[in-house]
Amino acid sequence: MANQQVEFELVSPEKLLFSKSVDMVVVPGEDGDFGVLPRHAPMISTVRPGVIAIYSGKEISERIFVAGGFAEVTTERCTVLAEIAEPVSELDKATVQQQLQDAKEDFSDAKDDAGRDAARKQIELSEARLTAIG
Amino acid sequence: MANLNDLKLRIASVKSTQKITSAMKMVAAAKLRRAQEQALASRPYAERMERMLGSLAASAGKQPGASPLLVGTGKDDVHLLIVAAADRGLCGGFNTNIVKEARKKAHELIKAGKTVKFYCIGRKSRDQLRREFGSSIVDTIEDIAKPSLGFDKATTVSDYVLRMFDAGEFDVCTIFYAKFKSVIVQIPSAQQLIPFEAEGDADASGLADGGIYDYEPSDEKILKDLLPRNISIQIFKTMLENAASEHGARMSAMDSATRNAGEMIDRLSIKYNRTRQANITNELIEIISAKEAL
Repeated sequence: MANQQVEFELVSPEKLLFSKSVDMVVVPGEDGDFGVLPRHAPMISTVRPGVIAIYSGKEISERIFVAGGFAEVTTERCTVLAEIAEPVSELDKATVQQQLQDAKEDFSDAKDDAGRDAARKQIELSEARLTAIG
Repeated sequence: MANLNDLKLRIASVKSTQKITSAMKMVAAAKLRRAQEQALASRPYAERMERMLGSLAASAGKQPGASPLLVGTGKDDVHLLIVAAADRGLCGGFNTNIVKEARKKAHELIKAGKTVKFYCIGRKSRDQLRREFGSSIVDTIEDIAKPSLGFDKATTVSDYVLRMFDAGEFDVCTIFYAKFKSVIVQIPSAQQLIPFEAEGDADASGLADGGIYDYEPSDEKILKDLLPRNISIQIFKTMLENAASEHGARMSAMDSATRNAGEMIDRLSIKYNRTRQANITNELIEIISAKEAL
């Protein structure tokens, strides 16, 4: 086969973050992680907060944290739309723990449902980040 | 005849005004370039979002119980008009044109017996609407481009709008902004946000590309997630477009202001020189006639 690679694109509303041919990418879907190889069946899935792993050969070459979004897979392409995306190597454990702490305080300080919802989202995000750092 | 000193002061003041307008023009040009880059960079996301939405809407939109964001609430009694203008003036007719467009629409709706509400983006849009529609302005957001025009600002707006929609406070939502055509031409336009209007080519390209998709978890669920985000994306898109238009409008306004100031300085200088010459001639005549009288 001539083309054994997938075109992987990671797009945020502000810019195109990543666009490269890769051997495989594993995306954290809503119903569980899924790997995308060339000639994958076309699908659209929601993405939960987690880590996108990009494989070159059998090794993970890059790990990118995304805070949810959508993935569109066609036979030759995989596009992930994410509002927040940051390489795992740039996440700092102490900062994230601090964020989690702050979010928890916000949650207990929040006076209405809207505030609590926003804080809960922050808590979930920070926890997902912590898991990503591992 | 104008006093020489007055003329001198006048020229100096026009000169300093010219300096300011030409500096503003330069700043606007730099900001315009950045805004254009930003608008360009945001395009891939919006395009892909549209493609997904097109194919989803085609498959899930026909089913009963589809999201009201897609098919509407079934009424169109209350309209929310989002008027996106700038925080600052001195940009030609930019703000006025957008507000004029919105006002025209509002009058049409009111004539048809509908209720109109406003959500203002930018200080100028609120200032211009306040006198006529003060009581129907629900909220205003200012300083959207400070420190930089980020996606989070668009999310703030869309969250507010969606909360209103969920509470049943309006049925149809339209956003007014200036489409950036070129530095000189900005077209005030209206775009309907809720219910979602698929642009003609959106669903066609969705179908052409790979045909039918599998949906995970399910098409309705994805659609429910996707639609609110699409609102933020659309708002973000209009904000970026608007920013580029604003700087473009300011650039051309400041360019002609600088040119006008230049012409004014030329005219004043000629007048100044003529007056000076007339004064000298006068003095000479006085001296000569004094000499002859002796």
